[in-house]
Amino acid sequence: MYGYAGRILHVDLTTGKTHVEPLNEEYAKKYIGGIGLGMRLWLDNSKPGVEPFSPDNPLVLATGPISGSVWPTGGNGHAFVSKSPQSYGVGEAKSHGSFGTELKRAGYDAVIVTGKAEKLVYVWIDDDSVQILDASHLTGKTPADTEDTIREELGDYYIRVAAIGPAGEKLARIACIINDKTRAAGRTGLGAVMGSKNLKAIAARGTRDIMAAKPDEFMEYVKEFHERMKGPATQKYRALGTPENILVHNSLSCMPTRNYNNSRFESAEKVSGENLNERFVAKIIGCSSCAMRCEHMCVVGEGPYKGTMTRMEYETLWAMGPYCGVDRLDAIIKGMDLCNCYGIDAISAGVIAGFAMDCYEKGILTQEDLSGLDARFGNAEAMVKLIEMMGKREGIGDILADGVKVAGEKIGKGAEKLGQHIKGVEVTGYDLRCLKTAALGFAVSFRGADHNRHGAYAFDVKGKVNRLVAEKGRGKLVKDMEDVYNLIDSFIVCKFSRGTYYKELEDMTKLYTLVTGIEMTPEELKKAGERINNVARLFNIREGLTRKDDTLPYKVMHQPITDEGPSKGAYVSQEELDLLLDDYYASRGWTREGIPTIEKLKELGMDDLIPIVEAKL
Amino acid sequence: MVKIHERKFVSADPEKCVGCQVCEYICSMTKGKAFNPLKSRIRVVRMNQLVNLAVTCRLCEDPPCVAACPRDALTQSEETGLIQVDEDKCNGCGWCIEACDYGAIMLHPEDKVVYVCDLCKEQGEPQCVKWCPEEALELVTSDVLAQKARITAVKKLFQEAMKEKK
Repeated sequence: MYGYAGRILHVDLTTGKTHVEPLNEEYAKKYIGGIGLGMRLWLDNSKPGVEPFSPDNPLVLATGPISGSVWPTGGNGHAFVSKSPQSYGVGEAKSHGSFGTELKRAGYDAVIVTGKAEKLVYVWIDDDSVQILDASHLTGKTPADTEDTIREELGDYYIRVAAIGPAGEKLARIACIINDKTRAAGRTGLGAVMGSKNLKAIAARGTRDIMAAKPDEFMEYVKEFHERMKGPATQKYRALGTPENILVHNSLSCMPTRNYNNSRFESAEKVSGENLNERFVAKIIGCSSCAMRCEHMCVVGEGPYKGTMTRMEYETLWAMGPYCGVDRLDAIIKGMDLCNCYGIDAISAGVIAGFAMDCYEKGILTQEDLSGLDARFGNAEAMVKLIEMMGKREGIGDILADGVKVAGEKIGKGAEKLGQHIKGVEVTGYDLRCLKTAALGFAVSFRGADHNRHGAYAFDVKGKVNRLVAEKGRGKLVKDMEDVYNLIDSFIVCKFSRGTYYKELEDMTKLYTLVTGIEMTPEELKKAGERINNVARLFNIREGLTRKDDTLPYKVMHQPITDEGPSKGAYVSQEELDLLLDDYYASRGWTREGIPTIEKLKELGMDDLIPIVEAKL
Repeated sequence: MVKIHERKFVSADPEKCVGCQVCEYICSMTKGKAFNPLKSRIRVVRMNQLVNLAVTCRLCEDPPCVAACPRDALTQSEETGLIQVDEDKCNGCGWCIEACDYGAIMLHPEDKVVYVCDLCKEQGEPQCVKWCPEEALELVTSDVLAQKARITAVKKLFQEAMKEKK
């Protein structure tokens, strides 16, 4: 096969046995790769109702058809899929860097890890040789140290590693999986799933050639995209990077601040992308095969956090900054670095810190509960300390490390309402009260609160719709965006490059065919995107999620925006949410309960999955 | 015989190189119609996130790789300075690999003979330079490199002098 490696690796950590099966070519065309293929393989290899931390919950690692090629931003991706310990439904997260490309060269489209090792191990994939090696000496190490240690002991600098940190070992439900030191498969707690298997890391080395089906035409197309990537479509990412959003969102009054108590931050200038770039960005680097480069490496040059070096993006900056009322970039960079060291999702960690501060200011958590921390909003040191406590699961951090949903229930006394999450997954940096297309996208996102499953905020932020109104028609907007985003995450290309696909589906179809040699039409590809959304829905339905779970955080529905400005008074009522959901389900061809109909599944060629919905219709 | 300051080689600017490995992919594609960094004549080193550099043959004056070869398989072209490998003579012993200070010579994983940058003489120009998205790679002489270093140094001095005036 071209593009695809044509092989799937199974690793059973209980028995220590591994075997390889050929990639089902029908699956390749239907589910593409990445999250699409990953979710389908998860369904095939698991039983309904499996506990996220059970040895029987498979952890699927998938590359895409273009992984391993020079395709700009696309050669390097990989995706993890499993049942999330946060949402108890779809858990999926992608990462870039250089790990996915190595795994593909080792000859695998996917790796399915099941079982549980007796003690901490790592899996060493060296082309056809797959070994399960002792990792007791890596216990408690950061993902970056783990990577360095493994490279050294295996004796090859070019080995690539994806690893969990101490938090993943301790099953923190916000734990992530990190590769290349600063790149995280961050959301939905898959680092904890890895930890539950006693799996510290996956190391890969691949020596095989990756061939394109039509190499000359492919290289022509690469050249064209190199040119497109120098143009306006990627300008934002190459210049200020996503932190540019801070001032943009603030001006629209759509930046959740102080755990959603405000929608704008009076000190936004201090934590702006402009300020970050001027004072902290030391270099902008790129992932393997990227022609754009976006990774803004920040270094703290002075003060208590001097010497800290990490990558910064809007979401993480927002979470540890405005969401906690913190206006100090040095502390935010430190917080980000700690998240990388402990291996926790930095969006969730920041949101949880903001939640703890809200609990403290409302008297639900006392200074005693917080080991003496004066966790007022805006206390930068307290924010850093809270993240450290989460990473170590020390003191209140032990409860917080499982996310705001679990923590809210454990703390009680009204804390449940202060935890802003959807399906157990912490919110991201868009105030959904005044971005109603985004609100729908977030509510129906199959992996919980997320801007990256649809990008529907763009309609609101760019003024293409009235962002303060919930109305019919938004369902189709969200659906169409979701289907494209599903393809982006299945190919796997970087979302930052999405603007370079001028003709979206046509461009993606051409790319797919040039690499794989498999004939595909834009219509078929569109259908694949829709199919992937449906397979995710079936995953969630099989695991017990319903329309009730397609909802919004408490404050979004009950606490209108109080800040002066265009968004004042905005919130999303239950009636508005119901209207949006009905409209969305209808545009998907699902029932009012949000269940795909048998006709829809037949239309998408998913007949073999009909039993999942039969009893529910 | 070409003079040393006329001898051109591929050099990466550490300020511009972002470690993206596009050069590795382009090289292996140009030479073998496949993507495989292991078969690239230029390799990227990322010491940490800030320190990235692509490294390849520098066409040394009096090249140690040539001197190290016990089978006289390696020679340096008098005309271009390129290191030439006689694949019939090379037995893959690796003395040249050890001798090279830059790790620019590698053993081909399949052909079992060593290979090194030839500035894409078949294509007429080094393809990595042509494709580098950051324009970090250049075909330069050591004289040009020295000129650049001088200019940078003077600029820096000038800037500091300006600051002092303020």
